[in-house]
Amino acid sequence: MIAIIDYGMGNLHSVSKAVERLGYEAVVTSDKGTIAAADGAILPGVGAFGDAMDNLRAAGLVEPVKDYASSGKPLLGICLGMQLLFSESEEHGLHQGLDLLPGRVVRLNGQGKIPHMGWNRLTFHQPSPVLEGLEEGHVYFVHSFKALPEEPRDLLASTDYHEQVAAIVGRDNVYGMQFHPEKSGALGMQLLRRFLELTK
Amino acid sequence: MLTKRIIPCLDVKDGRVVKGVNFVNLRDAGDPVELAALYDREGADELVFLDISASVEGRATMVEVVRQTAGEITIPFTVGGGISSVDDMKRLLRAGADKIGINTAAVKNPQLISDGARRFGSQCIVVAIDAKYNPEMGEWEVYTHGGRTPSGIKALEWAREAERLGAGEILLTSMDADGTKDGFDIPLTRAVSESVSIPVIASGGAGKADDFYKVFTEGKADAGLAASIFHYKEISIDEVKRDLRAKGVEVR
Repeated sequence: MIAIIDYGMGNLHSVSKAVERLGYEAVVTSDKGTIAAADGAILPGVGAFGDAMDNLRAAGLVEPVKDYASSGKPLLGICLGMQLLFSESEEHGLHQGLDLLPGRVVRLNGQGKIPHMGWNRLTFHQPSPVLEGLEEGHVYFVHSFKALPEEPRDLLASTDYHEQVAAIVGRDNVYGMQFHPEKSGALGMQLLRRFLELTK
Repeated sequence: MLTKRIIPCLDVKDGRVVKGVNFVNLRDAGDPVELAALYDREGADELVFLDISASVEGRATMVEVVRQTAGEITIPFTVGGGISSVDDMKRLLRAGADKIGINTAAVKNPQLISDGARRFGSQCIVVAIDAKYNPEMGEWEVYTHGGRTPSGIKALEWAREAERLGAGEILLTSMDADGTKDGFDIPLTRAVSESVSIPVIASGGAGKADDFYKVFTEGKADAGLAASIFHYKEISIDEVKRDLRAKGVEVR
């Protein structure tokens, strides 16, 4: 069972349906026990970083998500959920993140239109189980801030939007995708499938 | 860099896809959920559903169409038509829509744009503008109510105002070009694209692959939308994209 963590940030229907289409059971939940028992967990999210951390705290989910990551089971942050994995964010003031990956979230440099919205091409940087057997292609982004991983090895794939933008990050069992794999056509579904295969 | 997007539009009435020629004659072209899944497989970058139901029942049906579609497709989609409140937006976004298109209601009550943007984010709010050239104005005029009512508002001013209020995109339909298949309205699209810094989706008049090339280059559009040429298989999305790639335009 895959836990789609519900903390009141954005629509989880599409993520949950995409997981089901790939043949996995998806449960949208904010229950700590259900999350802890899941074979894999997905932290989605649309909105502002500070609000998201406040919501996670109010739901008592900060420690459960961190515990989940240290359990070694696969955890995937999507869009804002990916940014939350990092140490801190500069979105409307400085906010602490989950600190599962060292690094900071900063505003896009503004050379292109903000938000960065639409289909952009991935460049893979290093081998990873989530990229295995896949070819670089286009995925769908909607975001105004970007993560700057401290460790180059945590950057698995990036895209070019007048600057390098982290697109897929990962370390051990913790992964993040800045784009929406559930809205990114065949390549998005393949990336999600690779992640889900890690939960077996 | 971002690719140019090809977007099929499905006009939906009471749960069935229809397409008006010059907004008047309607023909039935199938089940919206099936058609959406087909366009996803064929390489559409996004979809737009325009709900032209006139009844409360028709609108309730649309929410169900949205819910089913969200479970079937892997690309973003916009829903427009008859949306006049933040609650309407919320209902459709909850059902799985990615963006909301507002037209007449935004002209009547521009604050709806800012309310929606504040609540759901600018990326969710698409302001649809139906425009027709008005020689007396020396400019394009905004029409509301599905192209039936002239508003007296200039299209370029309205586009700028929509951006200022927080719109994330403009869906621009040329009423002069719509249904002609003679190509997009390049002067209108270019004028609007140069007036705003948010993406512009050009709509109305697509008849062949080269029309998309022209609207992306000369018209400076970010996306091109079409309905009947895709529904009646006069041209496929793949053919349009191959033509664009051959001419050096980046597409997915």
